[in-house]
Amino acid sequence: MGFSAADLTAIWLTLRLAAIVTLLLLLIGTPIAWWLSRTRCRWKGAISAIIALPLVLPPTVLGFYLLLAMGPNGPVGKLTEAMGIGTLPFTFWGLVVASVFYSLPFVVQPIQNAMEAMGERPLEVAATLGAGPRDAFFNVVLPLARPGFITAAILGFTHTLGEFGVVLMIGGNIPGATRVISVQIYDHVEAMDYAQANWLAASMVIFSFAVLAVLYSRKRTLVLK
Amino acid sequence: MSTPTLSARFQLNRSNFNLDVELQLPCQGVTALFGHSGSGKTSLLRCIAGLENSATGTLHFNNEVWQDNNLFVPTHQRRLGYVFQEASLLPHLSARGNLEFARKRAAETILEADYQRIVDLLGIGPLLDHSPSQLSGGERQRVAIARALLSKPRLLLMDEPLASLDQARKQEILPYLESLKNELDVPIIYVSHSPDEVARLADTLVAMEDGHIVASGPLNETLTRLDFPIKLGEEVGSVVQANVVERDAQWQLAKASFDGGELWFRDSGHPIGSPVRVRVFARDISLSLQHHSDTSIVNSLPAVVEEISTEQHPGLALVKLRVGNTPLVARLTHRSAHHLELAPGKPIWAQIKSVAIIQ
Repeated sequence: MGFSAADLTAIWLTLRLAAIVTLLLLLIGTPIAWWLSRTRCRWKGAISAIIALPLVLPPTVLGFYLLLAMGPNGPVGKLTEAMGIGTLPFTFWGLVVASVFYSLPFVVQPIQNAMEAMGERPLEVAATLGAGPRDAFFNVVLPLARPGFITAAILGFTHTLGEFGVVLMIGGNIPGATRVISVQIYDHVEAMDYAQANWLAASMVIFSFAVLAVLYSRKRTLVLK
Repeated sequence: MSTPTLSARFQLNRSNFNLDVELQLPCQGVTALFGHSGSGKTSLLRCIAGLENSATGTLHFNNEVWQDNNLFVPTHQRRLGYVFQEASLLPHLSARGNLEFARKRAAETILEADYQRIVDLLGIGPLLDHSPSQLSGGERQRVAIARALLSKPRLLLMDEPLASLDQARKQEILPYLESLKNELDVPIIYVSHSPDEVARLADTLVAMEDGHIVASGPLNETLTRLDFPIKLGEEVGSVVQANVVERDAQWQLAKASFDGGELWFRDSGHPIGSPVRVRVFARDISLSLQHHSDTSIVNSLPAVVEEISTEQHPGLALVKLRVGNTPLVARLTHRSAHHLELAPGKPIWAQIKSVAIIQ
């Protein structure tokens, strides 16, 4: 007994999804976190709240509105159709977009915390040593926020691995395109194939535990430094 | 060529503090911004550095405009060095990495010899491979000073660089600051509330109180102003810059010459030719109409009375004297001043009971 071909397809799809989403989230989340950590804009609270919404909303709610937005009658759907790439729901890239929203707070918050914790002083130091804003961002802010980036990447990746509700709403259950591990487990259970479900579920537990164990033991050494 | 100057006018309004200053400084030697904590010294320094972008005003450095109503040159384009009060080494870099960070961004190439010289001047050669967390407070501050110098600043700003250190560490760093001042020709603005540091390092003194400048000028001229005597510590006194010219091995005395005369003091090992600063308190000077040789007082100097003030205390007079070009202040009773018929222009002998060598 082991993984079936369908299981392996689901695993590969899930890892690909999580990797792409994590990469996109680091690219999108970094400027947002930087802005939030430095702005005195009065919209800061509202924007922080919007980013944090996926933490508390049922994934089906998020999935529902994304489905409407990306569907043929939604604003995003009209845009993607005009661009000639069709609509996103029930495609792999639709899942990517939904996952980016779904995991955004898990990436923005650790980076933002790290950037806030460093304070103004390193930036002032950099400026007095002749480093302009861009120079200081890449050579002082990013290296100093490194622990935040590591946490963000791991949380973003693992959170995307585990999503289910959003996937069902936006992606359905298409093998090789949107059938991720969590959906595959659901299918096995529906088919009363508990043994097969257990293989996948236990793998998820072990993998997630291993990653988080590395994250938290690493975090301690970073704090001690 | 005239001395380049820094001229500034700043206003900074905070909820519990207002800075309102106007000053002209020679860009030469060490200028001390002196005052109690909360007097606005650090705020003024940060304004000069361009780190307070809510400050309004104007700032000219030599012929360059750094700030006026519609211009604000950002800090990184001012080419200045800044040493913060507490350790400010970039924690993700080693000591060497911190130095390289500055060197790479310096406006001019820093030759290896110059780099070595600065490293040696601050005695940090053996520390270069350590990370900031492995260094003591004093070591970190020395690396931070070297780092500021390696950015080839045209102006070095130091915000109480010794304040976060204990007495032993202060004594460890002060000699480095003195050699810095003597060996490099970068002008320094030095914030301090320590009378000792000011007396040892400053050439120009700017005294601040409640966000305002209350007196400024050459160190000794400012210290000896009678309308607003700046006390370094609890006593009025003057600080005389002198050079050791003679050492008397028999009596263990040394003689220093200053602009206007010579002073004997207890030999404390300064070699001939070395600069010393001599602190003379007003309470240690007595005045006499004649020169006496039948006295235990070693230092008796011919002086001219310049000004007399009884404002500090109705029974006491402060008398400003000039020995050559050097001003001194003597404190005596009002009665003695009257008895000696002191008046501006009157020649007099200043008898100095004791002097303190502070450098």
